[in-house]
Amino acid sequence: MRVALSVACFDDALFPGTGKAVTVLLERLGHEVVYPPAQTCCGQVHWTTGYHREAADLARAYTAVFEGAVRDGAEVVVAASASCAATVRAAYPRIARTARDPGLARAAEGLAVHELTEFLVDVLGVTDVGAYFPHRVTYHPSCQSARTLGVADRPLRLLRAVRGLDLVELPAAGECCGFGGAFAMKNSDVSVAMVADKVRHIRDTGADVVCAIDNSCLAHIGGALSRLRGGVRTLHLAEILAETGPA
Amino acid sequence: MTASSPRTTPSFPRTSPPTAVGGAVPLPMPKFAAAARSALADTGQRRSLRVAVAAAREREAAAAAELSDWDELRETGRAVGDATLLDLDAHLETLERAVTEAGGTVHWAADADEARAIVTGLVRAAGADEVVKASSATLREIGLTDALADAGVTVHETALADLVVRLGDDEPSHLLSPALHRDRAEIRELFLRNMIMSAPPADADSGSEAGDGTASDDPAALAAAARAHLRERFLRARVGVTGANFLVAETGTLVVLESEGNARMCATLPDTLITVAGIDKVVPTWADMEVFLQLLPRSSSGDRMTPYVASWSGVTPGDGPRAFHLVLLDNGRTRALADEVGRAALRCVRCSACMNVCPVYERTGGRAYGPVHPGPIGAILTPQLRGVDGAAEASLPYASTLCGACADVCPVKIDIPEVLVHLRGLVVESRRRRPVPTPELALMRGLAWTMADPRRHETALRRGTRWARLLSRGGRIRRLPGLLGKWTEARDLPAPPAESFRAWWTRSRT
Repeated sequence: MRVALSVACFDDALFPGTGKAVTVLLERLGHEVVYPPAQTCCGQVHWTTGYHREAADLARAYTAVFEGAVRDGAEVVVAASASCAATVRAAYPRIARTARDPGLARAAEGLAVHELTEFLVDVLGVTDVGAYFPHRVTYHPSCQSARTLGVADRPLRLLRAVRGLDLVELPAAGECCGFGGAFAMKNSDVSVAMVADKVRHIRDTGADVVCAIDNSCLAHIGGALSRLRGGVRTLHLAEILAETGPA
Repeated sequence: MTASSPRTTPSFPRTSPPTAVGGAVPLPMPKFAAAARSALADTGQRRSLRVAVAAAREREAAAAAELSDWDELRETGRAVGDATLLDLDAHLETLERAVTEAGGTVHWAADADEARAIVTGLVRAAGADEVVKASSATLREIGLTDALADAGVTVHETALADLVVRLGDDEPSHLLSPALHRDRAEIRELFLRNMIMSAPPADADSGSEAGDGTASDDPAALAAAARAHLRERFLRARVGVTGANFLVAETGTLVVLESEGNARMCATLPDTLITVAGIDKVVPTWADMEVFLQLLPRSSSGDRMTPYVASWSGVTPGDGPRAFHLVLLDNGRTRALADEVGRAALRCVRCSACMNVCPVYERTGGRAYGPVHPGPIGAILTPQLRGVDGAAEASLPYASTLCGACADVCPVKIDIPEVLVHLRGLVVESRRRRPVPTPELALMRGLAWTMADPRRHETALRRGTRWARLLSRGGRIRRLPGLLGKWTEARDLPAPPAESFRAWWTRSRT
């Protein structure tokens, strides 16, 4: 299958390893990955912060880029960032309505963007991707992935199939880490109070890796862990699935 | 429009919409972040809140799980609420007719000023110098207690939690349990200081304290002391003032759900009963109440049915009040009604489930949201009722991570995150009209301009990476300048790798 890869602007700059991991993983599974280089940003931060005109401009550009990729032969669009996939799926119709742009609404409707775990489990029908990752790992279900996309246990099914991986349940897993985009700055005190509890729960698991399918939440959790020298590292799920260990 | 075509825009009730800030009670309130900062430092409140909301969450989840058709009930609640709002004018006129036929009098208040003036006038006309008052967010919204006090009328708070809040010279922190932030020991202190309880004799041994009920912090002893204090006032008062949970239009019936029975006492003992209710409380028929009387108790207190459900229609000779007045309040509600997205907030049945699951509320408590409507629902209701011109009101839509826990439990399916984002848009639009752009507006515009073009984006990415790597040490950035400095107050940021994803792609795949 020919897959057009959607890489979050945030991941492009700060977490390039995630996009590389998705590329390596999908190629290993026998698919062709293309990266439309004209992509920039889905507009999520502008939309959620209230800059709706700018969000509409970015959404138009995003849909144009991936419509182009589909025209050029890509069969699906896959995003490793759950919140970007959620933006295209849930927010674009609202962005279009706010901007009174029926063209954008139609474009968004026609553009099927799959979040990576949905693509693997639902479209490809695989849970064992042949990964090997001998670490104690806990999983944080980010709010956009669990609530807006409803990925349910897909990430956990993928993790359970990883050889050598010791999956431990995260207490109070469903509680937000306190990131919330601009919230982390505008209400930094509350945000920090929230991540403090998230970090406490993560450390209680005894895991050495916490993973998720949103690097933005992981940057928040990881930022707090790093400041506290917490001894737990953050990794996007794709980077675990891409690991095959010594040949 | 033909008679059979579906209604898509609501018609307006007869109250006049208020001007931008007209009618809003001038309640001084800080921005959310500032209020939250001091709330976060209140360790006693943090502990009380944590325990209270955890218990409430568990009770409510269990109560909802008991009903196999819970989700259908919520969907029906949403549908009834939406349909009612679309024809609100007609339902309000039906209500007025029914209340009048039952011997009551209906008053229309466009804003809080008018509502206060109407109630104060009615109390004066009844010749009363004191009133008994039931717990009500609407009465708080119009600032009735202060208005009556200014008119020389003593207001007796009859709900235990309101009494505690009043004695502590406090603001309520929760919709259902306004004194949630106080623990038993603090309540005992307040009761002692205000002579609601008497101190134990000096020679009493501590073991018998709870037994004689004089100054224990045992909940039963505290309730008994409040009961004795209130009972005398109930029997003496000639005017009672209440809010209402629902106004059933077809019969002109007011419905109040409560756990202590004080609203029922306020509604039955005095000669004159005055009820103030928002125009959003209308429910067309008793058949609709079947839905709400299942949704509200289970979502608010986690009960199958609230201990006291009182309903009254007008006056009945020889039984209950001899005069009944219903004050219907707009105070910004028609403005909210005119907003296609924002009007969902008017479906709210004031259950408080959203605040009990909110991770922000759990840490800040309700007072950070301003004095009337706490929690996630307050964050979408207050800016609509009062407008977003004020800095405090404008800060409320941002008092959320948009995690969505509130929408998951709302019994009438208000998509609170959707309304929050919509209101953020209104806040930003109002900022765009300023002659000098805010630093944030400049930043967000600049970012969007850069990202509108892949070449500009790539150049900015390269420069930003170089700049960020200069700020980093050992792979992490410990201090960022400007608006981003808030991030690094307590969190590191990883240094961006030298090679971005797109650079890697170009190098390895093309």
